[in-house]
Amino acid sequence: MSKKLIDLQHITKSYDGQMVLDDLNLYIRENEFLTLLGPSGCGKTTTLRLIGGFESPDNGKVIFDGKDITGLAPNERQLNTVFQRYALFPHMTIAENIAFGLKIKKKSKAYINDKIKYALKLVNLDGFEKRSVDSLSGGQQQRIAIARAIVNEPKVLLLDEPLGALDLKLRQDMQYELIRLKNELGITFIYVTHDQEEALTMSDTIVVMNQGYIQQIGTPEDIYNEPCNAFVADFIGESNIIDGIMQKDKLVKILDVTLPCVDEGFGTNTPVDVVIRPEDVELVAPEQGSFNGEVISLIFKGVHWEIEVLANGYEWLVHTTQMHPVGSKVGIRIDPFNIQIMNKPESSDEKAVELDA
Amino acid sequence: MVKKSAERIYLGLIFLFLYLPIAVLIVLSFNNSKSKVHWGGFTLKWYQKMVSSPTIMEAFWTTIIISLASALIATLLGTMAALGIDAMKKRNQAIMLGATNIPMLNADIVTGISMMLLFVRFTRLGMSTVLIAHITFNIPYVILNVLPRLRQTSRNTYEAALDLGATPMYAFFKIIWPQILPGVLSGFLMAMTMSLDDFSITYFTKGAGINTLSTMIYTNMRKGINPEMYALSTVLFTVALILLLLMNFGPSARKEKRA
Amino acid sequence: MRNLKRQLLAGPYMIWIIGFILLPVVMILYYAFTTSSGAFTMSNVLTITHPIFFKALLFSLKLALLCTIICLVLAYPLAMILNNMKSGHQGFIVFIFILPMWMNFMLRILAWKMLLSNNGIINTVLDFLGLPELHIINTPAAVVLCMVYDFLPFMVLPIYNALARINRDVIEAAKDLGAGSITIFFKIIVPLSMSGVISGIIMVFVPALTSFAVSDLLGGGKVLLIGNIIEQAFTQDYNWNLGSGLSFVLMLFVLISMTLVNSRDTEGGANVW
Repeated sequence: MSKKLIDLQHITKSYDGQMVLDDLNLYIRENEFLTLLGPSGCGKTTTLRLIGGFESPDNGKVIFDGKDITGLAPNERQLNTVFQRYALFPHMTIAENIAFGLKIKKKSKAYINDKIKYALKLVNLDGFEKRSVDSLSGGQQQRIAIARAIVNEPKVLLLDEPLGALDLKLRQDMQYELIRLKNELGITFIYVTHDQEEALTMSDTIVVMNQGYIQQIGTPEDIYNEPCNAFVADFIGESNIIDGIMQKDKLVKILDVTLPCVDEGFGTNTPVDVVIRPEDVELVAPEQGSFNGEVISLIFKGVHWEIEVLANGYEWLVHTTQMHPVGSKVGIRIDPFNIQIMNKPESSDEKAVELDA
Repeated sequence: MVKKSAERIYLGLIFLFLYLPIAVLIVLSFNNSKSKVHWGGFTLKWYQKMVSSPTIMEAFWTTIIISLASALIATLLGTMAALGIDAMKKRNQAIMLGATNIPMLNADIVTGISMMLLFVRFTRLGMSTVLIAHITFNIPYVILNVLPRLRQTSRNTYEAALDLGATPMYAFFKIIWPQILPGVLSGFLMAMTMSLDDFSITYFTKGAGINTLSTMIYTNMRKGINPEMYALSTVLFTVALILLLLMNFGPSARKEKRA
Repeated sequence: MRNLKRQLLAGPYMIWIIGFILLPVVMILYYAFTTSSGAFTMSNVLTITHPIFFKALLFSLKLALLCTIICLVLAYPLAMILNNMKSGHQGFIVFIFILPMWMNFMLRILAWKMLLSNNGIINTVLDFLGLPELHIINTPAAVVLCMVYDFLPFMVLPIYNALARINRDVIEAAKDLGAGSITIFFKIIVPLSMSGVISGIIMVFVPALTSFAVSDLLGGGKVLLIGNIIEQAFTQDYNWNLGSGLSFVLMLFVLISMTLVNSRDTEGGANVW
C-alpha cells in the first residue's frame, strides 16, 4: 500500500450560512486515481478547490505530504488543476500557455522548449506550438489544458469535470487518454465528475458524495456491486429499490414473497431497502420463478433489451439479452447472492439525502 | 486592510473630482447672491428667472423636441435597418456596418461641417437640418443596441413559430419583437441622451435664430456666466440622472439581466 | 430568414446613409480640393504646412495625448477597484462613476469655468488655507483639466467592461501554475484588458484632438487648437474651402491614429512574453 499523500481532516465549509461540507475526512494515496462523484451541489467541486487552494476551509486541515498546507495560496502548492472550461489564456499561443508555469519557475529556454515538445507529444498534439487558442476544438483545448498543468511536474493533478463540455464520443476517447496519461506520468489524479460511467471507467477509488457528506468510498466494483445505501445504489447505475422486511438472517420478504438471501445481522422483522440490479433479474417461464408478471414495455438498447415487468404491483426493470414481447407472461427469479439488503435511513438528514436522489 | 483603505481613498478622490463641480453648481443655483463664493441665503429666483427667460425656454423646448423626435425617428429607422442587416450576407453586413461606423468614428466637428456643406447647397439651415443631423448620428446607437439582441435571438424559435402555423408577421411580433424590445428601448434612450448632449454638430447645422440648450449655453458663456445657468444645470443634471436610472435599473435593464 | 423581403427593411437606412453620411463626406472632399471658383487645388490641404496651422496641429496633438495619458492613469486603477468590488452594490457604484458622462457637455465646461476663475471657489479656498492662488484659467492647463474631467468616464467604462469580461477561471489557472499577483497583473490582466484600453484611448483621444469648445471657453482665446482654427475658418473668415481642407487633414489624423492604436493591439496580443 502506498502512503497517504493528501489528508483532509475534519473539513467544514459553508457559503452564506449554507453548509457545503460538514466534517469531511478523506485521504488520498500516492499514485491513486481518485474520483469525487455526486450530483451537482454535493460538495465535490468545493472539496477539489480546497485541495487546490482556491478556497480555505472554515475548520479543519489540509495535509499534503505530511505538511499542513491549509493556509497556502494556490501558487505555493505543488499541485496543478485542469479547469472545467479549460481556462486557457486566450491572448497567448499554445506554446506560451504551456510555458507559463515554467517561466515563472525561471526554467531555461532549452528546458522549456523540450518540455513543450514532450507535453504536446503526450497529449497527441505535436506541432501545435504556434497555434492560437481560438483555433482549437474543445477536445484539443482540453488536452492543452492538461499539457499546461503536467509540464510543471505536479505531484497531484486536480481535474474539475474536465470532460463535461465535450460530446459523448470525444468524452469516451478522452477517458482512455486520461488513463494512459496517468499511467505514463505515475502521479496522483483527483477527478471530479457527476458522470457515474466516467467514474467507473477510470478510477482506482470512487468517493460518492451527496449534500456535503461522503456516502461511500470504495473501488468501482465495490461501489457498483455493494452500494451501502439507496442513494449510492440509485446514483450508480439503475436499480430496483424495493421496500422489504428482513424476517431473520438470510431471509427477506418483498412484495409478499419471502426470498433467501445472504445478508445477516439486521435483526428480525426489520424494515429494509432491497436493491436488485436490472441485469441480476432473471426472466424464466411463468411459475418457474419467485414472482409471476407480464412484460409491459420493451426497448432495444443494442447489447441488451430493457424490459419492464409488472409483477406483484411493482414495475421491475430488467436487462436481458433475450427478447420477451410486450404482453407475454414471465416468471422472475433472483439469485440470493444478487440481493442487496440496506438499512432504511434513520435520521431526517438521511431521509433528505434519499429524497434528493 | 491597508490596500482596502487605499482603494477607498482613491475612489473617494475620483468621486470628489467628478461630483464636486456639479455639487457646486447645484448649491449656487439656490444662492441668493450673484457671487460665486459667498452664500447669500436660499432662493429660487434663478429658477424663476430661468423659466421666464424666453431665450432659455425656447432653447429648452427646441432641445426637447429635437431629441425626442430624432430619437423616435432614429429608433424606427435603426430598428428596421437592424432587422434588414441581420438578414443580409456577411459581406453586405460588413459594408452596412462600416458605413454605420463613419459618424461614430469621425470627429463631431467634421461630421457637423460636412453636413452643413450639404445642407446649405440644397436648403436653409434651421430646425429641420438640426433634426436630420441628430437622426444621422443617433441611428448607429440604435443599430448597435438592437443588432446584438437580434443575433442572440435564436432563429429556431422564429422558425418554430412558423412551423406551428404562425404568419411571418405574427411570428415577428410574438417571438422576435419581445426579445429585441430591451435593445430597442436602450437604443432609444441612448439616442436621446446623445442628442441632448450634442454641441458640435448642432452648432454647425443650426443656422441663425435657433438654439438648443448646448449652443445657447455656449453663446451665453462666451459673454460671462449668469446664475440662471446654474439653475438650468441643476435641472438638466436631474433629468440625465432620471434617464440613466431608467436605462440602468428600469424595466428594460431588468429584462436584460434575466436574458 | 435570410430573405429579400426582410433585407428591404434596411432600404430607408441605406438611402439615409447615401444622402446624409456619404454625400456630406463627398461635399467636404469637394470643397477641400477646390478653390472658391471651383477649380481643383491642393492648396487648402497643404495650408496645414503653414507654421501657424502646423503649430496648432502639433499643439492639439500634444494636449490630446497628455489628456489621454492622464485619463488612462486615473481610469485603470479605478476600473480595477470597481471590478474587484463585491457584486452587491457594484452595479450602482459603477453607475455613479459613469453618470457624469451623460451630463450636458457644456454644463461640465461651465462648472470648471466657474471653479477656476480668478475669484472663483478654488482660489477662495486656497486663500483661506493660506496657499498660493491657482491662475490656470485661460491657459492650456485649464483646457487639459477640463478635458480630463469631460472624458474620464469614456476611459473608465471600456476598461471596466474589458476587466469584467476576464474569466475568473483564467486568473485561477495562472495562480495554480504558480503566478503571484504581480505576474498575474502584467501577464494576464493587462493583456486581456488591452481591447478596453484601446477603445478608451480612441474615445478620449479623438474628441480631445478635435474639440474646439473647451479651448474656446477655458482658453480665453489664447489656446488655439486645430478645432478652433477650423471653426473660425467657417464662422469668422467664411473660407469654406480652407476649412474643408483642414477638416480633411484632421480626418486623416484621426484615421491614422486609430490605425496606429489598433495595430499596436494585435502586436501586443502576440508578444506578451
